[in-house]
Amino acid sequence: MSLSIANMTRRFGQTEVLRGIDLDIGKGELVALLGPSGSGKTTLLRIIAGLDWPDAGSLAVDGQDWLGRTAQARRTGFVFQHYALFPHMKVRDNIAFGLTVLPRSQRPPSAQIEARVRELLHFLQIDALADRYPSELSGGQRQRVALGRALAISPRLLLLDEPFGALDAQVRRDLRRWLRGVHEASGTTTIFVTHDQEEAFELADRVVVMGAGRIEQIGHPDEIYDHPASAFVARFVGLTVELPVTMHQGRAEAPGIDLTALPRRAMADGPATLFLRPSDIAVRPDPEGCFRVAEIVSTGALLRLQLTGPDGCGIEAEMPRRRIAGLETGQPVLLRPEAGRIFPAAPRSDQPATPAPLPAFKEQRL
Amino acid sequence: MTAIAPAAPVRAKRVLPGFGLTMGVTLTYVGVIVLLPVIALVLKGAEIGPERFVQIITAPRTRAALQLTLVAATMATIFNALYGLLMAWVLVRYDFPGKRLLDALMDVPFALPTAVAGLALTALFAGNGWYGALLQPLGIEVVYTIWGVALAMSFTSIPFVVRSVQPVLEDLDPQYEEAAVTLGAHRWTIFYRVILPAILPAWLVGITLSFARSLGEFGAVVFIAGNLPMKTEIASLLAFIRLEEYDYNGAAAIALVLLFIALVLLVASNLLQARAMRYKGKGA
Repeated sequence: MSLSIANMTRRFGQTEVLRGIDLDIGKGELVALLGPSGSGKTTLLRIIAGLDWPDAGSLAVDGQDWLGRTAQARRTGFVFQHYALFPHMKVRDNIAFGLTVLPRSQRPPSAQIEARVRELLHFLQIDALADRYPSELSGGQRQRVALGRALAISPRLLLLDEPFGALDAQVRRDLRRWLRGVHEASGTTTIFVTHDQEEAFELADRVVVMGAGRIEQIGHPDEIYDHPASAFVARFVGLTVELPVTMHQGRAEAPGIDLTALPRRAMADGPATLFLRPSDIAVRPDPEGCFRVAEIVSTGALLRLQLTGPDGCGIEAEMPRRRIAGLETGQPVLLRPEAGRIFPAAPRSDQPATPAPLPAFKEQRL
Repeated sequence: MTAIAPAAPVRAKRVLPGFGLTMGVTLTYVGVIVLLPVIALVLKGAEIGPERFVQIITAPRTRAALQLTLVAATMATIFNALYGLLMAWVLVRYDFPGKRLLDALMDVPFALPTAVAGLALTALFAGNGWYGALLQPLGIEVVYTIWGVALAMSFTSIPFVVRSVQPVLEDLDPQYEEAAVTLGAHRWTIFYRVILPAILPAWLVGITLSFARSLGEFGAVVFIAGNLPMKTEIASLLAFIRLEEYDYNGAAAIALVLLFIALVLLVASNLLQARAMRYKGKGA
């Protein structure tokens, strides 16, 4: 089934949670809604499920308006973050719930329901747990049961709210791969919400990055990773180092940093912000360099360098252990970013403005 | 240097000092205040001897009193079970002006001296009272009938049901209902398949307490019942009358029957609760 959202807004009291969402999702797609907490991603998911209603906008599925339908009529498979398994029902009854609550005229015979439950238990690899209560299961097992309960009603649309949020790292990785398999085997359109970009990128066909009630970027994981469309997305996909630079004839310039590896950009001259990944910064010893190594911390295979700039600003760089040769604390170094994104410097209200770093850079340079 | 003594086993620190002390105080209290009187009553009953015991219990006046007490308590409890559940639901699920006041009012039957409650109810439902004046033309007599007895019992024990269901309902995660909605369940189905099982143990507790209290209610009932032997005389009043007549055996026998009924009920209720909570798992 295909899903189309247009111009959707939702506010809770004074807070605008969704500020105009436009989104189209195709049949059989696996889409991640990625964003920090408070970005409105869960609200959007709940509106699609019929657990919440927008103040304005439209939601259509296969060309039919869905806002006029109750959640019961939509029959989406919804997996809650904390699973919300019915605690007084055994696993098999939890999974059968969506079938046993059907009106008598539509309800399949109980033998058929039983067969469907058995089939799902087998598919989810939890045959042995059929007669347990949710309190007797581990987090990963509960997750599977929750998914089974949602799949039992053969939903055309599967919605998952932070499906791996409450699990530990190893279980997460296993379940991710497994969920991808489930999606492909069941052929449903799947939308899941996450704040973990690794999870979104590994699992989804398309990632929708959300921030403060808006969609910041929609695209294939690689596209978002390599070409973040905004400063917000850049920060979110790990470009955590922010440097004030000056654009000059399409090139970025900053004192003490060699930016010639970056491609030219068609941008007006003036101040801009360069976003870098710590691992994309090459650090070279150079007596002329105006950055100094403040600290070297080992994280195992990688070494994390804290570098202090001329005006006291700190930059973090990461490099493999073998490339560390010749670097010591206190040493002057030259930085050469190998990749990065430049966005026009926009005053950000949510961050304290750094007191005019550019003049300081220039003075140092003279 | 002397050999180092093996370290004393490390014990987890508890908030209250010493298991022995706290357990001792608790058990002593239960023994002196709860168990001893019950045992004394049972011993007193045993002195009577089975033949005399049956004779007392099966005497027409005793039978009538016990029957009235049981029937009226059942009526009161059925009403309380339904009304109390509704009241708890309204107090938890809806917001409305005066909600806090209504919530506080729920405790009035407990706070009010039962004699005051009995007097007030009698005044209201008497033939010339506010309610009585309305009901009498319809041929409904409350005062001096079983209805009055049930009414007084219900009034004094309603908070048991409300107050036991209310907190459980408050703690019930709305996600269960949302999950049920997305799975296609409608309101009534959600109520009896998702909500009711969750609040059932607490509801049973409330119902049992309400019934036990109704069985023994004295103060409120004696005002409104009229206390006509064979008609509107409740069992605990009859026990009191026997005591006044220095018929200790008679009083003890009636008291024993009431005790027995209450015990059976408590046990049954506990079994039902255990059944309703079996999903909680070991140690949960």
